[in-house]
Amino acid sequence: MKGITSYGVYLPRLRLKKQAMAEANAWFDASLKGLAKGERSICNWDEDTITMAVEAATDCLSALSEANVSGLKLASTTLPFLDRQNSVVIAEALSLDRSASTMDVSASQRAATSALINSLESNRNGNQLLVASEHRRSKAGSRAEMLWGDAAAAVTVGDDGIIAECLGVATHAVDFIDHYRGDGADFDYDWEERWIRDEGFMKIVPVVVESVLNDAGVAAADINHFILPTDQARTPAALAKRLGINAEAIVDNQIATVGVAGAAQPLLLLAKALESATNGETILILGFGQGCDAILLRATDKLAQCKPGLGLSGALKRRREETNYNKFLSFNNLVERDVGKRGEADKQTYLSGYNRRKDLLTGFLGGKCRDCGTVQIPREKYCVNPECNALDSQDVYSFASQDGTVLTWTADRLTFDWSPPAYFGMVEFDGGGKLMMDFTEVEEGSIDSGSRVSVHFRIRQFDPQRGFRKYFWKAIVED
Amino acid sequence: MASGIKDKVVILGMGCSKFGERWDSSPSDLMVEAFEECLADAGVERNQIEAAWFGAGIDAFNVGSSAMPLSIALRLNYIPVTKVENMCATGTEAFRGAVYAVASGACDIALALGVEKLKDTGYGGLPQRSRGVENDMYWPNLSAPGAFAQLASGYRAKHKVNKDDLKRAMAHVSVKSHANGAKNPKAHLQREITAEQAINAPFIAEPIGLFDCCGVSDGSACAIVTTPEIARSLGKENLVAVKALQLAVSNGTESSHASWDGSFLKTTRIASQRAYDEAGIRKPKEEITMTEVHDCFSITELVTMEDLQLADEGAGVKDVLDGTFDADGSNPCQIDGGLKCFGHPIGASGLRMLYENYLQLQGRAGARQLSDPKMGLNHNLGGFPHQNICSISIVGPYG
Repeated sequence: MKGITSYGVYLPRLRLKKQAMAEANAWFDASLKGLAKGERSICNWDEDTITMAVEAATDCLSALSEANVSGLKLASTTLPFLDRQNSVVIAEALSLDRSASTMDVSASQRAATSALINSLESNRNGNQLLVASEHRRSKAGSRAEMLWGDAAAAVTVGDDGIIAECLGVATHAVDFIDHYRGDGADFDYDWEERWIRDEGFMKIVPVVVESVLNDAGVAAADINHFILPTDQARTPAALAKRLGINAEAIVDNQIATVGVAGAAQPLLLLAKALESATNGETILILGFGQGCDAILLRATDKLAQCKPGLGLSGALKRRREETNYNKFLSFNNLVERDVGKRGEADKQTYLSGYNRRKDLLTGFLGGKCRDCGTVQIPREKYCVNPECNALDSQDVYSFASQDGTVLTWTADRLTFDWSPPAYFGMVEFDGGGKLMMDFTEVEEGSIDSGSRVSVHFRIRQFDPQRGFRKYFWKAIVED
Repeated sequence: MASGIKDKVVILGMGCSKFGERWDSSPSDLMVEAFEECLADAGVERNQIEAAWFGAGIDAFNVGSSAMPLSIALRLNYIPVTKVENMCATGTEAFRGAVYAVASGACDIALALGVEKLKDTGYGGLPQRSRGVENDMYWPNLSAPGAFAQLASGYRAKHKVNKDDLKRAMAHVSVKSHANGAKNPKAHLQREITAEQAINAPFIAEPIGLFDCCGVSDGSACAIVTTPEIARSLGKENLVAVKALQLAVSNGTESSHASWDGSFLKTTRIASQRAYDEAGIRKPKEEITMTEVHDCFSITELVTMEDLQLADEGAGVKDVLDGTFDADGSNPCQIDGGLKCFGHPIGASGLRMLYENYLQLQGRAGARQLSDPKMGLNHNLGGFPHQNICSISIVGPYG
């Protein structure tokens, strides 16, 4: 069977202090104070499931010497589009070969583990990329809001360079409805936590765990990393005890640092386990939702060489504290904020025009002139070099992984922006070419001419009238 | 070889409406106000006008498309009217059309009129509008101050100017224009300000603060042009002639090629040199005696002084602070208050600048009259520092 060949993680930089959340809402639910420990990750206004997935996938691919991606699956219950394959947007942002298979896997908290089993059992050659990404909305003042976080994680599955081999998989499918989100509903509806624990976790999980361990001939006591994604703080320990798994093997759900990231949680915790696992250690990953998936892995001697750019530890360090709960409400459309008349402008996307510019908009592809070597973006008919101006002379040239330097900039407080001021300016890329572009995640006082930037796939604009959103690349000032 | 426009066409008459927040005035009202003054000044009848060029900048919030709004507002006699739009250079473009028509011999008397109605949006600043189907997909949602703030950062980086020094010079530009505007009854903003006010005003787009921004105004201005011979035959003296009319339009080099560093206005350098050549001007600092430049923002004026060769490159901050461009300086700039205080109804601005030159050269500028103006230069800049249109017109005594 195939195995894991790489992994990667993305966490939004913003971390909202739970104390601030509890203080805002404890007037009507004093129990929230009991959950007010640490912080949770929150998407910036311009981040969503797709943008986080692009980041996590990029992190994952950064650890592979040769990516050779033959397929991409996106697992999420918060897909921005119900009918427009979300994984294709990611594939184009990553400039994957168009022959790579793409698929969205959704509608369950075990979407990622089911997709992982599918990839492991597939006979497709090359690396199959699996990204799990989740940006869950929850009601203001809910326990879910306190317990959840926004995150994405990715793995590649393949035959060569396996860092964790698969010892076995198992599934137990049963329509146990601990929560649901029906068509047209904005939020989940859930049932009592104690019932979910007793009748759900404690009864369903043992079935798959015993199955996968028996098939692989591995004893529960020999599990080194036990991954049970849940926002129930004590359930992993209760289950470990029931199953005979050592308490030290439990991989913490990180409720106080990230929050539980829904369908992305199994892969996020897998990344955490892979960061600490050593050769020969076993990892048991579960995915709970309408039954349970189990995947048993064993780390190989190649794991030590797998170093994604961020990983979970890097993503945790890349953080900025946020204490403004209102900003979180605004970013998640939980309040109707006054956007001013400039914010009222129609955001229609003209799809035929969009399609013509897709290489630029999604792939961040420009051109390089065959005649004079000038690198440029956007790629136009004539070369921009005044000494050249050759016609149709440019080969496609990717800016997606190019770093650059700020030439000019401003913080615009007049124009509409979801998080004013709007920072934008001219970026000169290291490999040549320049572009007037938006900056995101700018900390006041951190930017000037000469600042170093990297580029990232982000939401550019929402069209609430038509349910569309536009994406483009933005520059982020490097720390 | 082309001989250029110098001394081929003269201004027969000009008119300019009061600029400002003209809540009660329609675009037609503004056009008629400017036109009536212009007709009376020119001393001709409406039916003597053989062709007209109509400048209006922002269709969505102004008069709509085509040349019809002008023809209807002025009840022109089914003559050819051409609508022109070239962002903030629109007014000068209308003038260029009329001047070229007369110079070509296609007609004897032509009209150029610009108008803009900006105060029907319901909010401050220029209207939020589309930049085109494809541009809207990836351009930053930049406001005008946001775009020109880029010039400040580029200039500062290139010349290693201290933030505070640049801000002080920017403030001086605005203080000077407010002082000038206070003497102009047609100006939108007619009050003086202090440097402290300008420096301490809230940022609109860092480092551009409130007082670094020009007025967003309603207004109209127009000119009737003809040949020197016809003007004389109509009894006109002290003829003001067109010495140069130039335009340079960005071709994407600034925005996409490494040869531009963001610290200057490439089009202004090109258009002004062409204009000096056309007018036979060799020493701009000495020969240009007054300027009306596109001070949409104070930083634009400062950098423009260098690009017009009226300040040495990198010396703008010092020259501004030394008062070189003040009303009593060696090269007064925006003696009518400029875009800053006269106001900036986009389609009218180029013609408003010419109006001031024309009055000054004829000694009719009232309280703000300069002692001995000889050659006036007007500069418009449409668009953004990295992608723009620059128009230059130079006028002076005929002959």
